[in-house]
Amino acid sequence: MAKLKVDGKEIEVPDHFTLLQACEEAGAEVPRFCFHERLSVAGNCRMCLIEVKGGPPKPAASCAMGVRDLRPGPNGEAPEVFTNTPMVKKAREGVMEFLLINHPLDCPICDQGGECDLQDQAMAFGIDSSRYQENKRAVEDKYIGPLVKTVMNRCIHCTRCVRFTTEVAGIAELGLIGRGEDAEITTYLEQAMTSELQGNVVDLCPVGALTSKPFAFTARPWELNKTESIDVMDAVGSAIRVDTRGREVMRIMPRVNEEINEEWISDKTRFIWDGLKTQRLDRPYVKKDGRLQPASWSEAFQAVKAAVAKTSGDKIGAIAGDLASVEEMYALKELISALGSQNLDCRQDGAALDPSLGRASYIFNPTIQGIESADALLIIGSNPRFEASVLNARIRKRYRMGNFPIAVIGEQSELRYGYEYLGAGTDTLAELVAGKAKFLATLKKAQRPLIIVGQGGLAGEGGAAVLANAAKLAVAIGAVSAEWNGFAVLHNAAARVGGLDLGFVPGEGGKSAAEMLAAMDVLFLLGADEIDLSRKKAGFTVYIGSHGDNGAHAADVILPGATYTEKSGTWVNTEGRVQIGNRAGFAPGEAREDWAIIRALSDVLGKKLPFDSLGELRAKLYAAHPHFAEVDALTAAGSDEIAALGQKAGEMAKSVFASPIKDFYLTNPIARASAVMAECSALARNNFKAAAE
Amino acid sequence: MSVRRLAEDTVQPATFAFNKENAAWAKATINKYPKGREQSAVIPLLMRAQEQDGWVTKAAIESVADMLGMPYIRVLEVATFYTQFQLKPVGSRAHVQVCGTTPCMLRGAEDLIKVCKKKIAAEPFTLNEGGTLSWEEVECQGACVNAPMVMIFKDTFEDLTAERLEEIIDQFEAGKGAEVKPGPQIDRVYSAPIGGLTTLQVPQPEEKKSAVRASKSAGGDKAVSVPPSNAAKPKTASDVTNPTLKTPATAKKASARNAKIEGETADKSKPAKKPRVKR
Repeated sequence: MAKLKVDGKEIEVPDHFTLLQACEEAGAEVPRFCFHERLSVAGNCRMCLIEVKGGPPKPAASCAMGVRDLRPGPNGEAPEVFTNTPMVKKAREGVMEFLLINHPLDCPICDQGGECDLQDQAMAFGIDSSRYQENKRAVEDKYIGPLVKTVMNRCIHCTRCVRFTTEVAGIAELGLIGRGEDAEITTYLEQAMTSELQGNVVDLCPVGALTSKPFAFTARPWELNKTESIDVMDAVGSAIRVDTRGREVMRIMPRVNEEINEEWISDKTRFIWDGLKTQRLDRPYVKKDGRLQPASWSEAFQAVKAAVAKTSGDKIGAIAGDLASVEEMYALKELISALGSQNLDCRQDGAALDPSLGRASYIFNPTIQGIESADALLIIGSNPRFEASVLNARIRKRYRMGNFPIAVIGEQSELRYGYEYLGAGTDTLAELVAGKAKFLATLKKAQRPLIIVGQGGLAGEGGAAVLANAAKLAVAIGAVSAEWNGFAVLHNAAARVGGLDLGFVPGEGGKSAAEMLAAMDVLFLLGADEIDLSRKKAGFTVYIGSHGDNGAHAADVILPGATYTEKSGTWVNTEGRVQIGNRAGFAPGEAREDWAIIRALSDVLGKKLPFDSLGELRAKLYAAHPHFAEVDALTAAGSDEIAALGQKAGEMAKSVFASPIKDFYLTNPIARASAVMAECSALARNNFKAAAE
Repeated sequence: MSVRRLAEDTVQPATFAFNKENAAWAKATINKYPKGREQSAVIPLLMRAQEQDGWVTKAAIESVADMLGMPYIRVLEVATFYTQFQLKPVGSRAHVQVCGTTPCMLRGAEDLIKVCKKKIAAEPFTLNEGGTLSWEEVECQGACVNAPMVMIFKDTFEDLTAERLEEIIDQFEAGKGAEVKPGPQIDRVYSAPIGGLTTLQVPQPEEKKSAVRASKSAGGDKAVSVPPSNAAKPKTASDVTNPTLKTPATAKKASARNAKIEGETADKSKPAKKPRVKR
């Protein structure tokens, strides 16, 4: 700890703090552009100048000077810095004036207007007028991809975007070319950026040089209503803020959540919102004469009632999709049970995850933040870059700290960090379990080894054996102990852990999702679009969901539901963290919140569910499953469950692990409805070779 | 200075490869740096690529990036940062770099630029019709004493007049650039005073006397050199004044180890050491 005085106030801060951090700690505001907590220090904007007593007679860049560089006074007094002296004020005014020499006065047409660091700091720390008569420089706008719009005249060369893409996203694609006043930010020959996290440069840019292309010229920040919510595009459950104007979602921004997403979100999370408006199911449909035709809610319910009446309970089944919230799955489960059926499944891909094996067998036990304290990593059947981009950034963060051997069994692809490739499938895993592979020694030596098991290894028939063998390996290398549980199952569906927690899986004698397609007379699909419905045999299908996607095409009755921004719902992320998303707007047309649809349908079917409001539903839910009440809390699952699971390890059927995500940008019905995601997907398929505009 | 971009695709060659000698040199240069720090060699390699092709091509940037395991953008950053890297084709026989910094400007660099504009191209970085010549204005080349000057490839031509520059350009245009003597183009040795020494001259009468005395004592008509007197030398224990030590011998061994790797000086025809000025 180091003692110093900031503006006369004595504080104590850790040794590694910079002066800027120390000043913040003391409550002094220090303006900055290039400095960012999560990026390396560049020290090139000079906005954070402060005065150091006893130092050289010039202001010091506080972001680049550590508290340990300060010298005590002649009699051993604590070193002193000032942020409010006339020298500091003048220095800031000077820097600001210089920054504004070439910054265009186009705030009225700039999308950053209203949330612009430069605007705010020019107001707070600048002078009121310019002394420059000369022409401002003009810089060509660059094409850097379909998501980030560039207006390079506005760039102040803070290089935050360059540092972010290089350090966090792991792509060395942005750079600062030229020098001096001719310096320009660009990608190599204006190729599109290839990162799944590139949207974050929009937030990082302190001026309006990099802005959101899809959001361009659509709304001003101050006319938007902000709703804090949870992302459902992957199982990470990133904290987001949904900005709406009226009923319409205008954009999605990240919120800071150190335990999950820090302050990054993936491009799918950020740019999905145009998919919320298109392909929507805004009224019930009933299939008549072989065609889906608009109908009223009562007509649709009567059609379901007629179909249910014709069959028995064991011929009724329900499959929950990847975006479903816990509330609606709970309601549906209650309804299906009331109808006398055990046929429930929330695992569309047939992943061999079973709640009866214990919660530890299907959650990301070490937690996302725990990745940073791991010291060796084995990835089995997963491509975290596409399955959980933000989590992958966390792995990269750990990788950059050094001494972090990583090995992969499964697909060999670019993960944004170096790794040792062990093999493609079960053969390699079996070798490792049998103790033959070389990487085993590394894992054994590690104090806190981490094994990530992805859905690529778990889907399909051999999944159970893979899971058990991975658990056996985890136990064998000492990844599971009282203080560290390094067995991590990585999900890619937001609804999955919640569904497994609920027990939304086949009961005794119940059929799994794949079996249901063939055997059911009445099949409820709760937003289930990722399952191959072409294999569905004739049977009455009820689709409850928001988008006209695969599920709706195969349906006999469509009950229009709400998307994740249109309902308050609970989701459990891959760590097993319960989070509640809030409603930012209302569903279009006659669409209703899914739990309410199921509640209304239950009344028609004569099995009235015992709740009339979301509050009552949650009360019932919490009574039945108390851990859902512990919102945002994380309770460690039992490590003995892993050991028990490992005991079951047997022979694995020969197979090769393939990532379940074939196209990062098109993994759910909302994404498939989004034009922006379609463009990104086309670009990615074309290997990012797009002609510059 | 202006915005520097890579040349048009139409003039970019499809591929780049170091020739055999340069490839060996490049390998040795990369090996100078510790493992994992190979990218430190980016500037020497780019410069060598420029010496080979005359300018830094896109293919060269990518080739160097691949050799060093660097992202292309990082090499592009370096290549665009340093103005010594030519990003567009330059004259095949001469690229005239006219110094336009204050001392040269005061001594007539503007006239030299006029010559270039007249004889080569109206704009800098533009090839003449034959593609043999181009010119640019550069910052100080460190020959201010002999201003004004131009630099063509690695040679400087100093003490220029507009007429002399025209002649030099003509020579290079004719492919006889090697015949032009580099250095001052007037009657002076390096940056010594014009027309011979003006200071440190041995006074005439004394020179005569000593010559006579020397010839007398030696008994011959040849002038024999007189060993310098140690009369004014301070008496210290320092090696510098130790008369028994002729050279800093310890340094010699070290300097042998530091011997430059083969091909360090691209122009082998040039003597490594400059001849001593005779007094």
